[in-house]
Amino acid sequence: MTLQMTVSPDFPPAYIAGWYIFNTWLQRQLDLPIHLTLYDSFAAQRTVLEQGGIDLIYANPYDAAFLVRERGFVTVAAPCRRADEVVLACAQDQPVTCVEDLGPGTVIARTDDPDVNLMGMMLLEPATLHAGNTTCIAVDSYPLVAKQLLQGQAGVGFFLEEAFDSLSALVRSGLRELVRSRISVIRHVLLAGPGVSAQQTGHLTRLLLGMDQDDKGAAVLKSMNLPGWEAHSQEDTEFMIDLMDTLDTQELPD
Amino acid sequence: MDGYQTEIRYFDGHSRAALIREQEVSYPDGRLIVSRTDTRGIITHCNQAFVEMSGYPEQELIGQPHSILRHPDMPRAAFRELWETVQAGRKWHGHVKNLRRDGSYYWVLATVIPNVRQGCIAGYTSVRRKPARSRIRESSELYARLREAESQ
Repeated sequence: MTLQMTVSPDFPPAYIAGWYIFNTWLQRQLDLPIHLTLYDSFAAQRTVLEQGGIDLIYANPYDAAFLVRERGFVTVAAPCRRADEVVLACAQDQPVTCVEDLGPGTVIARTDDPDVNLMGMMLLEPATLHAGNTTCIAVDSYPLVAKQLLQGQAGVGFFLEEAFDSLSALVRSGLRELVRSRISVIRHVLLAGPGVSAQQTGHLTRLLLGMDQDDKGAAVLKSMNLPGWEAHSQEDTEFMIDLMDTLDTQELPD
Repeated sequence: MDGYQTEIRYFDGHSRAALIREQEVSYPDGRLIVSRTDTRGIITHCNQAFVEMSGYPEQELIGQPHSILRHPDMPRAAFRELWETVQAGRKWHGHVKNLRRDGSYYWVLATVIPNVRQGCIAGYTSVRRKPARSRIRESSELYARLREAESQ
């Protein structure tokens, strides 16, 4: 049986090749056929997840919640020392220095990254902003979020921290960072579905935790821009999902 | 140190003495204060933001009731509602004025959810974030009215 693997589409395009190299390394280590499919949008990937077409996934926290709670996926490992954090920024020429300076009617530029959008809306709460008194412009990438700000089309933009820090110096010079999350426990995780046996999952975990210890494994990690993998128990993942559940701004009292 | 000593009475009947100071500590931008308790409300886990904002070292917090943060300006009815909600398996949101170890205070927007494992409540997770100043003003007024009603 060929295992189907995918990766949350929010990693920088420069590391696409790295995930294919990882897939090849994994097949050799496990002596199993694994087919990697990358999707260019969260929605396209979500459709396949809902159809049960994936066995292994490097999942963003939002999809991890669905897969663990509703589809019986289990945690294999998590990347070392890497949490998903968010930056909210505006154009440098705007008279805004903190989130509380933003007012009702603010236009938000954002991608369709569900985790970033969840955390971004939470970070707007100190300004009493929510879905009912803001409007959103959805774009395909973080550089396009920056472009919306620089062109004056949006008052605030949501960025994955890594993407914000990867913007060119020229683009960054036109932006003002308003707030940067320090949540620490929301992170991507590698999950295995019910089609992967407990024995295979355990073997995979052991392989990944030692991946940075040999030269070939370390080179593969470098090509994916990951420092290594660390243990992340099922309870760690359940805790992360509980925490994300508390951040849903739609349910807050008026 | 300025401030005054008072006795904090909890909705379940117990009480403790605490120092109260009229000094607010601002909620740090971008942070979440996270803690977990067992089903009795005893702290089993807290993050660094919790330690920093509460003013207690972590080793003093673990094993203590979560009500160690209870400020006397909070009405007992708010916590009664919190417990009734989460024990029924539902999520609770509310603005809370918390007491620091040094007697000063900080406001949070708190969400508490039951940790359901294998169909049973195994404990509770509480996540606090930065509240809007307008909500703090509204909550202060509401809580003052509730406390007055409780004292009659």
